[in-house]
Amino acid sequence: MSWHVATVVGTRSVTPTARALTLAVPGFAAALPGQHVDLRLTAPDGYQATRAYSLSDTGQDERVDVVVDEVPDGEVSPYLTRVARPGDQLEVRGPLGGYFVWHEDDPAPVLLVAGGSGVVPFLAMLRARRAAGRRTPFRLVCSVRTPDDAIERAEVDSPDPGLDVHWVFTRAAPPGWPAPPRRLTTDDLVTPGFGPDDGTAVFVCGPTGFVEAATGLLTGLGHPPGRVRTERFGGA
Amino acid sequence: MSSPGTTAHDVPVLDGSALAGVLSEVYAFEATRAVVRCASCGHADVLARTTVHLTAMGGVVRCATCTAVLLVVVERPDGVRVSTSGAAWVQAPG
Repeated sequence: MSWHVATVVGTRSVTPTARALTLAVPGFAAALPGQHVDLRLTAPDGYQATRAYSLSDTGQDERVDVVVDEVPDGEVSPYLTRVARPGDQLEVRGPLGGYFVWHEDDPAPVLLVAGGSGVVPFLAMLRARRAAGRRTPFRLVCSVRTPDDAIERAEVDSPDPGLDVHWVFTRAAPPGWPAPPRRLTTDDLVTPGFGPDDGTAVFVCGPTGFVEAATGLLTGLGHPPGRVRTERFGGA
Repeated sequence: MSSPGTTAHDVPVLDGSALAGVLSEVYAFEATRAVVRCASCGHADVLARTTVHLTAMGGVVRCATCTAVLLVVVERPDGVRVSTSGAAWVQAPG
């Protein structure tokens, strides 16, 4: 798969550390929800750095939408979250991956478990489901440190038939929130209609430690390992 | 000393999806859905479910069951090279 030249056409802050970027990418074929792209930056001296980012919206040719959360001291993300502006050019390879993908014609209930910016590929799945007018049962469990870290919370929380959203705050909860800050537990993952016996398709995305903890809870509940798809991300 | 999700060298542990882009330079099929059989323990699973350590040079792919090295992917100036000596076989997705 070859590299495409991409031009930044829009940026929007979504949290104090994360930014949504829209790129115009001639030759880029429409992606499926859950797929990602590689973004490549080239410094004036020719040094290149490549990182993978999940797509936050899919289905349109020649257009790439990502949400990038800044990794302190990262090589690529600080440029994307602070510096990049409309007209800037970079390179894109993709769409990539075919495993961590939701297909809109799959009727199985879907349980999405996100840690931090791991919600980004799930935004693409929610948007694709809405765009297709599907009523497939979806439950999204989002674990974030504080309310400020919640990416696109207003959109995620807006009513959508068949979609159930559950937030877990690990360091600071919103005022009046019914539960104190705490880590994800088994109770967050048990919901009628989304159990192992319901044929649930489970997707888990987040930092490696989160993914391993959540996957342990899910398989402990009886979800077959083959029905729990994971995508880990690391420093960038 | 290492914490969950990191190695002794503090390289994040990722999964096979992290190599989808570089492997698209080598294979005509979508590599993360290809099945790889471990030559050490015989476990066979899709590449997306393997364990990957990324470095500036490429990636090391390990069996999720026995941690044996399955593939080593190196980005060379003259092209991407994949060492497959730890894999009994690789099967393209159906």
